[in-house]
Amino acid sequence: MISLAGRDILHAWGKFIFTGIGLGLLIGVTLTMAGVYRGMVDDGKVLLDNSGADLWVVQKDTLGPYAESSSIPDDLWRSIRTMPGVAQAANVTYLTMQVGKGDADVRAMVVGITAGEPGVPGWPPHLVAGRQITRGHYEAVADRATGVRLGDVLSIRRNRYVVVGLAHRMVSSSGDPMVFIPLKDAQEAQFLKDNDAILMQRRRTGANPAFNRPGVPDLLDAVIDSQTGNSYVNAVLVRIRPGFTPQEVAEPIRRWKRLTVYDRAQMEEILIGKLIATSARQIGMFLVILALVSAAIVAFIIYTLTMDKIREIAVLKLIGTRNRTIASMIIQQSLVLGVIGFVVGKITATFAAPLFPKYVLLVPIDSVVGFFAVLAICVLSSLIAIRMALAVDPAEAIG
Amino acid sequence: MGSRGIRIDNLSKRFGAGDTAVLALKDVNMQVAPGEVVGLIGPSGSGKSTLLKCLGAVIDPTSGRMTLDDTVIYDDGWKVRDLRALRRDRIGFVFQAPYLIPFLDATDNVALLPMLAGVPNEEARRRAGELLAALDVQHRALAMPAQLSGGEQQRVAIARGLVNRPPVILADEPTAPLDSQRAMAVIRILNDMARRFETAIIVVTHDEKIIPTFRRIYHIRDGVTHEEAGEGRSPG
Ligand SMILES: Nc1ncnc2c1ncn2[C@@H]1O[C@H](COP(=O)(O)OP(=O)(O)OP(=O)(O)O)[C@@H](O)[C@H]1O
Ligand SMILES: [Mg+2]
Repeated sequence: MISLAGRDILHAWGKFIFTGIGLGLLIGVTLTMAGVYRGMVDDGKVLLDNSGADLWVVQKDTLGPYAESSSIPDDLWRSIRTMPGVAQAANVTYLTMQVGKGDADVRAMVVGITAGEPGVPGWPPHLVAGRQITRGHYEAVADRATGVRLGDVLSIRRNRYVVVGLAHRMVSSSGDPMVFIPLKDAQEAQFLKDNDAILMQRRRTGANPAFNRPGVPDLLDAVIDSQTGNSYVNAVLVRIRPGFTPQEVAEPIRRWKRLTVYDRAQMEEILIGKLIATSARQIGMFLVILALVSAAIVAFIIYTLTMDKIREIAVLKLIGTRNRTIASMIIQQSLVLGVIGFVVGKITATFAAPLFPKYVLLVPIDSVVGFFAVLAICVLSSLIAIRMALAVDPAEAIG
Repeated sequence: MGSRGIRIDNLSKRFGAGDTAVLALKDVNMQVAPGEVVGLIGPSGSGKSTLLKCLGAVIDPTSGRMTLDDTVIYDDGWKVRDLRALRRDRIGFVFQAPYLIPFLDATDNVALLPMLAGVPNEEARRRAGELLAALDVQHRALAMPAQLSGGEQQRVAIARGLVNRPPVILADEPTAPLDSQRAMAVIRILNDMARRFETAIIVVTHDEKIIPTFRRIYHIRDGVTHEEAGEGRSPG
């Protein structure tokens, strides 16, 4: 027996290739969509990985520092460092903002890191060019995705920073590239008030008789100093000593310092379960719609291809072809269309993924699931065509 | 019974029921012996196609009896179980339009029937090749239907009708799309095949040119047939 489906496809190959390509682009979009979700999850994971922390100490009862804002005094890290099981503790600030780059600006997450050396939590673990920050002010290490080069100058709020090092895939949970600057500068950038506001506050404070006492001349200056100085950070990153479990170390900090402490698993849960949950549902919705549209297209194409062959099907039935043979011909064609579509889609997604501004991560399991989903969709959508083909009356072949 | 060929007795076919019922065939009797080519003629709507469909086991008659060689196919509402296999193995069809499968070449259009019956591809193609040669289209054996002329298509379709050596061939206006010379050639082939393979052939036609070639003709009008001797002229 010859393959009727195969012969028909060879005969009408143009039709199959073109519809296959059309379907393939749709499948490519679907795979890319899944890749966008995977990329978001991965962004969250590399954010946690790159922070180099085992524990995140944040303001009590907040989901900080990535999912909610958190501020804690910048001197807490000293006492945290002395807690049992703590190897390193470092202040860190995070602020997502527009960073000036020449005439333009890029959206970036500005990370304030403490003075120290590579390996301190919060520091970029490895650079692809240049060096780490060595001075206490006005130096920056930027992710390549910001588009800057070594020696470029970035402006953050009122200050300018020379790019001394470049990092790779250092991104925030929303995929914005990171710019590392010294902690003091970052605190200023985050909490600094503009000059007018400072003057206004000074005037207000000065007008307050409680602070402006004629007998105590230094009081006003001290109060003003404490108001303008910025002594907060967003979190303290903690690395624990070998031999300690995160729980063992976290519990005393929680209890004694009245702070909230998250370990790696909890942080992942916050990032993936809460921060990107809505986006994930959004993408899920898109995937459902794309699957439905693909199904409708396959069904429509297979239906029309079968419609075009009604007369041949009547003849095939008249000369004694089994229903099973006819049904399998239609299913096979549908599957071939699906396979062409999948191959085209996979190629499209692979080539398109790097072009996206945010990270698109194509994982093999998604392709495998996608492949079987496409086949399932093809089989299901050929059912309508099969029903119609089986209803064809062989008598139609005779006048 | 002992009668060979195809035979129908008091065959009736009613479409629909109640007020809108159409009695398309009324107690039709017909017998065609192996090797015989008979004509079936009648005005439009007289029941020719309906009769052909009943003979071809495509639609079931409402009542009456039909036998093919020694097999009873219909008997007053009873029918054989596998009509599909019966059509495949024992009835050949040739249509007005050749209705070849557009995605198969001439050989495979013919070879498909034995293949469907489980004959290996090579053997099926060999049989197809023989018939195409007998019908003088072997030089077009690998052409696709769209590349064949109307007459060539019709000959391939006839080869398809004959390939399983069915005892009966039903031809519905096989010469309608052909000029008189080609029409005569087709009739000649059918006569030839009938003789060579002992086939009973029934040809439905409106074609004035070929009517004189039949030895026996069934006239049908309003679902009633009557038989008449034809001129039996040689198709040249
Ligand atoms: N499926 C059907 N349902 C109802 N009536 C039908 C059906 N098929 C045929 N008829 C009726 O049966 C009668 C005979 O029809 P048939 O098709 O056999 O005519 P015909 O002789 O082949 O005509 P033509 O030369 O125009 O092809 C007609 O009155 C037709 O309307
Ligand atoms: Mg008719």
